[in-house]
Amino acid sequence: MQGYLLNIGTAAGKAAGRLGHGILLAKNTVTGPAFIETSLPNVYSHWGDFLAAMRDTLIMVLWAGGISFCLGLVLGVVLTVARPGGILENKPLYQVLDKIVNLFRSIPFIILLTALMPLSRLIMGTAIYVRGAIVPLVFGCTPFFIRQVEAALAQIDYGLIEAALSMGCSPLDVIVRVYLKESVGHIARATTITAISLLGLTAMAGAVGAGGLGDFAIRYGHDRNMTDITWTTVIVLVIAVSIVQTLGGWIAKKNTH
Amino acid sequence: MTDTEYVITGRAESPAFLFGGKALIELVNIVKEFKVTGRGEAVHAVNDVSLTVEDGDIFGIIGFSGAGKSTLVRCINLLGRPSSGQVIIDGRDMMSLSDKELREARKKIGMIFQHFNLMPSRTVEENVAFPLKGSGLSKDQIHKKVMKLLKLVEIDEKASVYPSQLSGGQKQRVAIARALANDPNILLCDEATSALDPQTTQSILQLIKKLNKELGLTVVVITHEMAVIKSICNKVAVMENGRVAESGDVFAIFTDPKQQITKNFIRTTSNVSKVYEFVENDAEVVRLKEGEVLAILHYRQPEDVSVPLISTASRRYEVNLNILFADVEIIDNKSIGDTVVILQGEGDNVSEAIKYLERHNLRVEVVKDARISA
Repeated sequence: MQGYLLNIGTAAGKAAGRLGHGILLAKNTVTGPAFIETSLPNVYSHWGDFLAAMRDTLIMVLWAGGISFCLGLVLGVVLTVARPGGILENKPLYQVLDKIVNLFRSIPFIILLTALMPLSRLIMGTAIYVRGAIVPLVFGCTPFFIRQVEAALAQIDYGLIEAALSMGCSPLDVIVRVYLKESVGHIARATTITAISLLGLTAMAGAVGAGGLGDFAIRYGHDRNMTDITWTTVIVLVIAVSIVQTLGGWIAKKNTH
Repeated sequence: MTDTEYVITGRAESPAFLFGGKALIELVNIVKEFKVTGRGEAVHAVNDVSLTVEDGDIFGIIGFSGAGKSTLVRCINLLGRPSSGQVIIDGRDMMSLSDKELREARKKIGMIFQHFNLMPSRTVEENVAFPLKGSGLSKDQIHKKVMKLLKLVEIDEKASVYPSQLSGGQKQRVAIARALANDPNILLCDEATSALDPQTTQSILQLIKKLNKELGLTVVVITHEMAVIKSICNKVAVMENGRVAESGDVFAIFTDPKQQITKNFIRTTSNVSKVYEFVENDAEVVRLKEGEVLAILHYRQPEDVSVPLISTASRRYEVNLNILFADVEIIDNKSIGDTVVILQGEGDNVSEAIKYLERHNLRVEVVKDARISA
């Protein structure tokens, strides 16, 4: 599903003739539904770009979010069990990982975007488009999520870990059956917060020509003073944030007793 | 009794007394150090402790907080590995086991905790089934076993409820059922009743006693309350500063405590100690007239309680014994008690009466003396 979206996304991006850095080579002629023609004239005339921007944002959030979720969960667990007093205490590993996380958390995302261009070319084959944004988004998002996971797991009472160990659980059992299972609610909340912050990061990814709603709003709404585009974008983002928040809250609630 | 219905392991057919006397848990010269961060020195939480728990015992370890008792009990299942010493359970040296062997061994040592430590996202049934994963039992067998265990601890009607909906006593019952899931022969109780009210404490203690009798379960009880020791244990070790100050049969310890800390603990359970307060505050009830003696009669032998010593002394030496108050306990099925009396009589009669009582194995502790010295 995600792979499909990514392929379609880049293909459509190319087809639309947009080659990054906000340069529009060929005007997208798709128009919006007739009822917005008078109320939102610019959104109407840039409807194709608007849809592409939404799709690009979605692809970036799903891909970068999906990868960050997996990486963050694993590394958050590693930090938790390797820390002094943890069930698989490993001081060197903990210290190194902890410092790396701090390092990436302190680099402003806009710098990360350009600094990681060579790495992005190496991994994804390009440093532009949606594909080019995935690597910096993952690097910007994962350390944040690692800390969120760490905080979520820290809420598990050590008594539960001790009880599981006393019942003959292996460290892996403890991780899966206690740490992860018992913190599903906390992790759902952490994921919500991270996903929404990632949505914010994708707006900046427009700087490498990835497109997306943020880029769309700046390019048209701000630079060309098309206020209706700015407002429409904001409303779409509000709706997106609300959906993520509601979904996260629902999962968290369902798993809290 | 419908014992057989509740038989989980089959061990119930051979009650504890049949194989009592065999050492089940042996702790030899256990030392547990904790490094104080920032400083080089180590703190000895447990300092050279040796204990033997026999099969079928309910062994109490009592001490104030910080005495090292919780650290010590964690040395039994190696939740906290001793810095040095030997842990031998059922003849096996626990410290030499591989990780995998240790995990298998832990399944035969149930443990319950002060704060129950139930998994909040799992129902009662799922909590009890937790240790049964990977046991090779089918889903159906697990369900049956869990329901049996829940019946055993009398909480089967709450099977589908989440722990947050249970009271403290109910949570501890579930925790006990969970601890018994792998048919252990040892149950470690780490302050298991310290978070419960007195009435619930009693019901949990009675449950533990029942399990000890019916399943032949050997129990180690960690507590800071002498009342807990008194009501279920047959042996006790008193811990202070990481060491065992005194240990032995509960009855012997209660009747003849040697160490000050033991005396302090016993005092907490007895009304008789109030007499010291009264004397200190010069209360009306302990004010003596000339020739009177205020004394505590400590009964040290179980037989003594049945002999009418007070009446006899009173008649024979023409003294009046005014019983102010008394505290008679049943410990390990034997009665033991202290009586606070005022002795009153002519001349040397009071002293003679005291000598008579002492001859009959009563310890007479004179608290306040208003005899006219000869």
